[in-house]
Amino acid sequence: MAFPNGRRVAIVAGCRTPFCKAGTVLKDARAVDLARHAARELIERTNLDPAKVDEVIFGQVVASPLVPNIAREVSLLPQFPKEIPAFSVNRACASSNQAITAAHDQIAQGHADVILAGGAEALSDIPILASRRLSDILVTASKARTLGARLATFARIRPRDLIPVAPAIAEPSTGQSMGQSAEKMAKENRITRDAQDRWTLRSHQLAAKGTADGRLTAEIAPWLPQRAGGEVVVSDNGIRSDTTLEQMAKLKPVFDRRYGSVTAANSSPLTDGASAVLLMAEDVARALGYEALAYIRSYSVAAVDPGWQLLQAPVWAVPKALERAGIQWKDLGLIEIHEAFASQVLSNLQGFAGKGWEINEEIINVMGGSIAIGHPFGATGGRLFTTLSNEMKRRDVQFGLISVCAQGGMASAVVLERR
Amino acid sequence: MPAITWEVTDGVAVVTLDCPGAPVNVISQAVKDEVYAMLLALERDPNVRAVAFFSGKADNFIAGADIEEFVRLKSAAEAEQLSRDGQAMLDRVAQFSKPIAVGVHGACLGGGLEFAMACHYRIATDHPKTQLGLPEVQLGILPGASGCQRLPRLIGARAALDIILAGRSERAAKALRLGMVDEVVPPSILKDVTIAAARRMADRGVMLRRRRGGLMGLLLDGNPLGRLLVFRLARKQVLSQTKGNYPAPLAALEAVRHGLTHGMAAGLQREARLFGELAVGDVSRKLVQIFFATRDLKKDFGVPDAPPPGDVRRLGIVGSGFMGSGIAGTAVVQAGVDVRLKDADLPRVAKGILAARAIVDERLTRRRISRYEHARLVALLSGGDSYTGFGGAGLVIEAVFEELEVKRQVLRDCESILPAGAVFATNTSTIPIARIAEVSRRPEQVIGMHFFSPVARMPLLEVIPSGSTAPQTVSTAVGFGRRLGKTVIVVRDAPGFWVNRILGPYMNEAAHLLLSGVGAEDIDRAMVRFGFPVGPITLLDEVGLDVAQHAGEVLEGAFGERLAPPKALAALVKDGRLGRKAGKGFFTYRGGKKGPVDSSVYPLLGVQPNGGIPTADIVQRLMYAMLNEAARAVAEGVVHTPRDGDIGAIYGFGFPPFRGGPLRYFDDQGADHVYADLSRLAERLGPRFEPCPAIVELARARKRFYP
Repeated sequence: MAFPNGRRVAIVAGCRTPFCKAGTVLKDARAVDLARHAARELIERTNLDPAKVDEVIFGQVVASPLVPNIAREVSLLPQFPKEIPAFSVNRACASSNQAITAAHDQIAQGHADVILAGGAEALSDIPILASRRLSDILVTASKARTLGARLATFARIRPRDLIPVAPAIAEPSTGQSMGQSAEKMAKENRITRDAQDRWTLRSHQLAAKGTADGRLTAEIAPWLPQRAGGEVVVSDNGIRSDTTLEQMAKLKPVFDRRYGSVTAANSSPLTDGASAVLLMAEDVARALGYEALAYIRSYSVAAVDPGWQLLQAPVWAVPKALERAGIQWKDLGLIEIHEAFASQVLSNLQGFAGKGWEINEEIINVMGGSIAIGHPFGATGGRLFTTLSNEMKRRDVQFGLISVCAQGGMASAVVLERR
Repeated sequence: MPAITWEVTDGVAVVTLDCPGAPVNVISQAVKDEVYAMLLALERDPNVRAVAFFSGKADNFIAGADIEEFVRLKSAAEAEQLSRDGQAMLDRVAQFSKPIAVGVHGACLGGGLEFAMACHYRIATDHPKTQLGLPEVQLGILPGASGCQRLPRLIGARAALDIILAGRSERAAKALRLGMVDEVVPPSILKDVTIAAARRMADRGVMLRRRRGGLMGLLLDGNPLGRLLVFRLARKQVLSQTKGNYPAPLAALEAVRHGLTHGMAAGLQREARLFGELAVGDVSRKLVQIFFATRDLKKDFGVPDAPPPGDVRRLGIVGSGFMGSGIAGTAVVQAGVDVRLKDADLPRVAKGILAARAIVDERLTRRRISRYEHARLVALLSGGDSYTGFGGAGLVIEAVFEELEVKRQVLRDCESILPAGAVFATNTSTIPIARIAEVSRRPEQVIGMHFFSPVARMPLLEVIPSGSTAPQTVSTAVGFGRRLGKTVIVVRDAPGFWVNRILGPYMNEAAHLLLSGVGAEDIDRAMVRFGFPVGPITLLDEVGLDVAQHAGEVLEGAFGERLAPPKALAALVKDGRLGRKAGKGFFTYRGGKKGPVDSSVYPLLGVQPNGGIPTADIVQRLMYAMLNEAARAVAEGVVHTPRDGDIGAIYGFGFPPFRGGPLRYFDDQGADHVYADLSRLAERLGPRFEPCPAIVELARARKRFYP
């Protein structure tokens, strides 16, 4: 037992919104709308009495200044009693892993019996900021005592101060964007363009298969249009069942146009979406009549120097989680690896192989990954937990692994067990 | 036990009105006597420098004058005296030697507002339950305790007429804007602020109020010429709305006009006299009867010793079409329940949710709810293409296609998912509930809920237990109907239930008239003058000719030739003239607006309008067709009481309220007259007018529906 002093925590169910490329069908929804939708539909699907929920924990990376604590807005859904506390977390791309493992700890310690955890991201709706100088001027003006003083302050505004600032997906400590880091990893680990494109093709084909046979769509709560003439969205819209290596080969590398290999195709797209997972103490689940899909056996986090290989921390997190679980790599029957970039997945696998672990692609990302399905930063972990635990049940697999790399050189790894 | 108590602290008498043993405060003779006694005592008490007045009820200030006393009035002179008494008391309040501040929380209506206006300073709470208004005209009378004088003096003639003539109530924010109250504060500080205001008036004298209304106020309210214009416009509007059927608004207008032209004293006199005339008039009597009937209905669950209704926190709706989405939107707005819609495919569900949401949006547009409340209500609406989420429903209402097998299948599907105690209600207008319930594993939890379209607007709900429905199920359905803001009547599971049963022959007769060459507009005009909101031909277009045809066939199938709709109407349905929804029916429609009669309907019916029939004949044929069937249905026990029947007709299809409903109208005509006229009509027009056995019996025994 990985948590000898605590209660075992069951994953009872999970569901998510469709994951849709930013600026497409979900562009009018705020992250909080997506989060509430996923949470509400999960309650509908499980027929859970909402009053049973002890806490709501949600992850989000680019939070809206207007909804700073997204989890609380979820727990204030009118279906819930208003007395359910809630907090939001940010561990970059592993935020909903963080929300779920935090929920695990609360339950294991006996502080809660039932927790709704998940994550959301609306990259169509990122906050656009005022320039630093303009903010300074506005703050000063708001403190001015006389009209004259206020006007004098406003007079300092220059045209360039009015240019808005969009937050970049770059490391604050190095200034390197995600893509540049992925490019660096491809070069340093000698991951070829062809290998990346082949992984990408695989991701799309498996995701298309999971969609066609209904395994993926079963996890999706359809999004209904918010105004007349809108579209009903029942599945992820980034999956390309018909893509080919030839098509992908035509794309120019984005981050190093001359010697690079990371393209728009072999990277995960900017995505809108939300996910939610229902967690319960094992005994409580049984008492309420729920059958667990799987249990959380162990988890770990790790970090590396962001200036080195930004997305290679899973190679440290995974062994820790396996050790805590008391199992070995070869005991794993299913593995979900978050796909920020194909070069990152292949680098991670290379790192695992370097430990003498045999890589069996047959059990990795069996319904595709983030490259095809999309990657709403805060929501991806919830998707991985849902997909992995459902598939573990389907295949009756005893041990499964989730591995997520994250901004800041971090990673999160979780081991699930079926029985 | 006294209703009025007070204690004096620091020179202010803090007075509480709390009518013992009653849910709300009303001004009765006993209360008036206590007011006089209180004023005398406070006047003599040297420690009292000012008065602060409150209600002791939780969410009610004063609901109005005591209607029970009002009903007992025998003559106009007696009623006039009642009005003079009220005026005198409020004059005593207004002239009181020490300033009175009043803190208003909850309904402040009629006599309650008149009282508040006589006080010297008014503070209201910002609570949604705080409503100030003069609803008297809704009971066919006018504000007779100086309300017609004080309100225009307080807020100007235009604003006062808006409130008095429509019998409207305003929320505190609007009341403040209009000048009806001096301050609006949160309930938590009402008492402190009111006492402070009373003390301030004692120290510095009663404050003079700013005149409100701006330039328009000066032009229209502030001078005799402007007021003349105001009165003329108001009169015109009242006449166009009441068609001359309701005397109260015109009388109130006259009371206001007289007072503003000839001074307060003359105004009060005129007000009292007109009150006296109205109070014993037939229209007021009818409206008061309806008021009582509606009030009694709110306590009547339609089953003896009704168990308390089940707690419905989640509502499942199957079928997200016009009815389903209307029920969904109404349930969210009125009852705040969690609603789950189910339909065959997601685009339909989405459309239904959007339609339901439009009902919520309308509340926001009309500023009935805040943006935040709107967001909360919208989040109560969801749906899917499966029964997901129905497992937690306390009540399911199906509003799917009007076909027995479809409805039975929905019932079967639901029963396999619903929790043990949940009620399954079917929204049907034509299918017997018992037929649907035949396939149920628990028919005692199956019931009919017949909504009227559009659900958000129509105030009536028919609840139909089948022979095997349990009393608990009836209570739950009735209780939930009330939470939707509906007036609910429980009716027997017979074809057409009550409303459509008596409406059927009325509509049929309108068609017979058309086919005999009477113009559609003539028929409608006659019935609108009679007091209906719309005529039968317009109603046909609104309901949809196909829907009406189907309902007609069902009635014909059940009752035979008597209720057979004329066959010629089928030609119109075949022609695609389905009414407003199709953009063509008896009338033309352009851009959603109704135009004149589409003259090409007459050739389709094979007639040419020849005019010539007197209005009275139109009314008689239509009304007697209805009365004949209504008497038959009452005899069959379709409604429990004549009261339910009348309320059903008034709220169900707008039977003229001032006539009290079809059964009151029958009594007014007299059974012998109805019998004789029906016999004549039967001779001339055929056996469908043959007086039914119930009428024969009533005529023979010289009896009435009401005692």
